[in-house]
Order: sequence, then C-alpha cells, then structure tokens
Amino acid sequence: MSAVAAAGPLLEVKGVTLQYKTKEHLVTATYRVDFQVFKSDRFVILGPSGCGKSTLLKAVGGYMQPTEGSMSLNGAAIKKPGSDRVFVFQEFDQLLPWKTVKENVMFALTSSRRLAGKAAEDKAMQYIEKVKLTKFADNFPHMLSGGMKQRVAIARGMAMEPDVLLMDEPFAALDALTRRKMQEELLQLWDDTHFTVLFVTHSIPEAVLIGNRILLLSPHPGRVKAELNSDGKDNLSADGKQLSDRIHDMLFADQIEEEVTPHG
Amino acid sequence: MADNVLVQRPEFVREIESSAYGVVEKPLTTWERIFNNAAVRKGLILLMLATVWQVYSALLNNPLLFPKFSDTISAFYDNIMNGVLLARGWFSIKVLLMGYAAGLFLAGTLTAFAITTRIGNDFLETLTAMFNPLPAIALLPLALIWFGLGNGSLVFVLIHSVLWPVALNTHSGFMSVSQTMRMVGRNYGLAGPRYVAKILIPAAFPNILTGMKIGWAFAWRTLIAAELVFGVSSGSGGLGWFIYENKNQLEIANVFAGLFSVIIIGLFVENFIFRNIELKTVRKWGMQS
Repeated sequence: MSAVAAAGPLLEVKGVTLQYKTKEHLVTATYRVDFQVFKSDRFVILGPSGCGKSTLLKAVGGYMQPTEGSMSLNGAAIKKPGSDRVFVFQEFDQLLPWKTVKENVMFALTSSRRLAGKAAEDKAMQYIEKVKLTKFADNFPHMLSGGMKQRVAIARGMAMEPDVLLMDEPFAALDALTRRKMQEELLQLWDDTHFTVLFVTHSIPEAVLIGNRILLLSPHPGRVKAELNSDGKDNLSADGKQLSDRIHDMLFADQIEEEVTPHG
Repeated sequence: MADNVLVQRPEFVREIESSAYGVVEKPLTTWERIFNNAAVRKGLILLMLATVWQVYSALLNNPLLFPKFSDTISAFYDNIMNGVLLARGWFSIKVLLMGYAAGLFLAGTLTAFAITTRIGNDFLETLTAMFNPLPAIALLPLALIWFGLGNGSLVFVLIHSVLWPVALNTHSGFMSVSQTMRMVGRNYGLAGPRYVAKILIPAAFPNILTGMKIGWAFAWRTLIAAELVFGVSSGSGGLGWFIYENKNQLEIANVFAGLFSVIIIGLFVENFIFRNIELKTVRKWGMQS
C-alpha cells in the first residue's frame, strides 16, 4: 500500500466543475469533484442519472475542459483526447462497420501510429484472443452479437495498452445474462494484465462487483458523496450492513421515502 | 391469501436430447432460390413489358407512330453492327464522364470546405438551396454563349447537374455521422484530412453513394436533353443527336433504338456498376440492408 502511495496517483482530478450548454440552459454537470486513481485500480464512478458521471469521464477523455479545477494524468495536464486514455463506449456503433474485427483493433494501433503492418496485426490478434474472438477475427461487426461487439471494443481499448481505460457504462445495452458474463470476463482480464480502468455505471451491483474503489456521486450537480472500498463480494461492514445496501442508503438518503406496499 | 388465487402445479425438469427433433435448417426449393434472385425478377418484368409493347404495336400497326418491339430491336442491332450507335454512345459517355468526374471533384472540395469551417457550411447550404432546384438544361443557353457550341457547354451543364445533389448528400452524410464514431476517431489521434478520410467518408458512404447515383441519373438526362437541343459539334454527335437526326428523317424505329440505348446504358450503370459498388461496400458492412 505504501509503495503505491509513494508512486503517487496515476490520474488526479482536483476540484473539477464541468458545465455545458444546451440550447436553453447552461448546465452544471459536476461541482468541485476530487478523486485520485492509482495504477491498476478498478475505479468505479457510481451515481444516479444526472450526476454528471459520463460528462466527468468525457472530461478525463479530453473531450471537454473543466470550467474550474484541474485534471492530470501522470502529472501532465489533460488538454485533448489522446491514445493514453482509451474509451470503451456503451453504444455498439463505436466499432467501425466498414472494418472487420481484426481491422477494428488494428485501426486503433495504426491510427495512433503506435504500430504498423505485421506488428499491429500480431498485437491485435493477441488481444482478440484474450477476449476469445479469434474465430470471428475476419467478421464484420454487424454479424456479431451485442456482447461480442463490446468484447471487440474492450480488446481494441486494451490493445492500445493505455494508461487508463475509460469505460462508459459498457454493458448497459446488453441483456442481463450477457452483462453478467461480461462482468466476469472483465475481471478475468484484469487478473491477467492488471490494467487501470475508470468505469462509469449506474448499477450498484455492477459497481460492487467490478470496483475495488467506488466513488459515489450525488445528482444535480454531481458532487462527491463518498469513496468506498470493495472486494467484489458485497461483504457486511462494521455497521452490519452489506456494501450494496450502504451505497443504496447513501444514494437515496436525500430523496423522500417512497411509499412501500408490502406483498401478502 | 394468494395461495387460493394461484393454481398449484408440480415442477418438472427435462433432459434435452440432442437428436430427437426434426428439421432445423432446410435448403430452399430451387424455385424459391431462383425467385430470390433480383435479376430474375426484374428480367421477368422486362419480358412482360416487351410483350405488351409487341402486342400493342402489332394491333396499332402504325410504324411511323409506334414501331414494333421486334423492329426496334432489329434497328438497334443494325445500328450497333454498322457502328453508328457505338460511336454515338461512346461520344456521349466520354462527355458524360468528363462532366461527372469534374462535378464529383468540385462537390468533394466544396463539402470539405463546408465541414471544416462554419462559413463554408453556410456557403454550401445557400448555394445548394439556390442551384439544386434549377434544372441544368435551363443554363444551356447561357453556357452556349459562354463556351460556344461544343463540349465545353455540355461539361458545364453536366457539372451543374452533378455538383449539387452530390454535395448535398455528402454533406448530410457527414452531418449524420454518430457522435460515438467521431469520438472514437479523435480518441486514436485522428485529425484533419486523416480524420475525414478514415472516419467521415466511410461512415457517410451510404449517403455519398446515393448522391453519386442521383448525380449520375441527373447528368445522363441532362446530357441527352442538351444533345437534343444542339448536339452536333465538329461533325460527330452523341445519342441525343442520333435521336434528333432520325426523327427528322422519320426513321422512327431508329429513334426508338436510340432511346433504347439510353435506357440500356442507364440500366447497366445502375444495376452493374453501382450495384457492385454497393455490394462490396455498404451491404458488406451492414450499413444498408
């Protein structure tokens, strides 16, 4: 633990306020948010819709600038999108339909001028194998199921070997069974390579399962409510409550208790 | 109590056997497969139309107004064999390709300008709004004054007929590229011309192709019409001129043969050239079903 602390945080977000304009309003998405991500963290940003978690991830990706505060990766300020922070989106159209699975992964490597030719192909195949899609390497994305498409996107992100992988609700568009499987696969991949991932979700069980550190945001605008540790097992804590229940209570504490009608 | 409302049934679990079911996949019958071929279906329609033509013209029996299908075909065959139609067709296609290529090039330049700057965007929108509804042939008198009788005028009106539909479609294609795809491109460090070439153009390709098809059809129509108006320059002319000439000589079967060639070239480009481009690109990629 102390060795990690000595190495310092990989990603540091300090007092970040994010605002964007719609046609009629200036919306404050997050207000003075701080957090630190260390190497090999599975850092989850969790919050209800409207807490600015996706906007926060976009800002880390370099797609928007904070109106206040600072963000730095390895000590360097984040100014624009770059291939040291690779995105995995929720939408299936993040894969380029005119490229095969292999070409999609290679596209990332060649476009960013990391690798070229045979070296790019080898690296691509190596990561496609990791997500168990070797058989489908020459298929076009439209022939794949939703889960397979997300696996390609993950392979593409991981093949870049970025400092941090940014995942924006990557499994939200999948059915429950596939989602469950993908979560397990992601953890297996992490066991394998210990990549650093910043994972945005609105699902409490997903956060508890995936994250080793969970940042809770409150909505309208997003402010940091808590940062919790998780070992993925949803254990009982000192106050006798399961982690997911604690998170649930914290997220919904501000809301008026909805009336519960018991069955029976 | 809920127990009284629900009907109680025992649970069961079955062993799934692997071989006891019937047909899961069965090939289609030959007839179904033949009829699934679009070329066969369209061929049948053509055959039907030709039959209607032949029967009607035989009943009418007036070769000056409406020659028989068989007469048209033989006139077509004769004119192919003596080389007249081929030469005229080639003349038309040559001019057409010149105008089409220049139109595509200009459309590309204009759209590139439009997506990179806001003023370029306004420029393109204003120009397309002004010129797209203007029939190219309406510019012909002006073109004749500017460029004289000859290919220059033809190419000018052709450019006008290709440029606007292609630019309009390409532009709307670029605008509708999804936000996710744009972010993916930028994530991997693409910017400027590489971003346009590697993300925008392929992502907008269905629209670009539609624009090219519309542009082709417009150009082809404009060309034939323009040739009908003046047609001949330096002793040779295109298909439009062939039609006009034969009308003057009351060779109506030849007129039909000329029209027939116009149609055949149109069908060929649509069903072979564009169709193959489509199959190798947007359909293969699943961007169009």
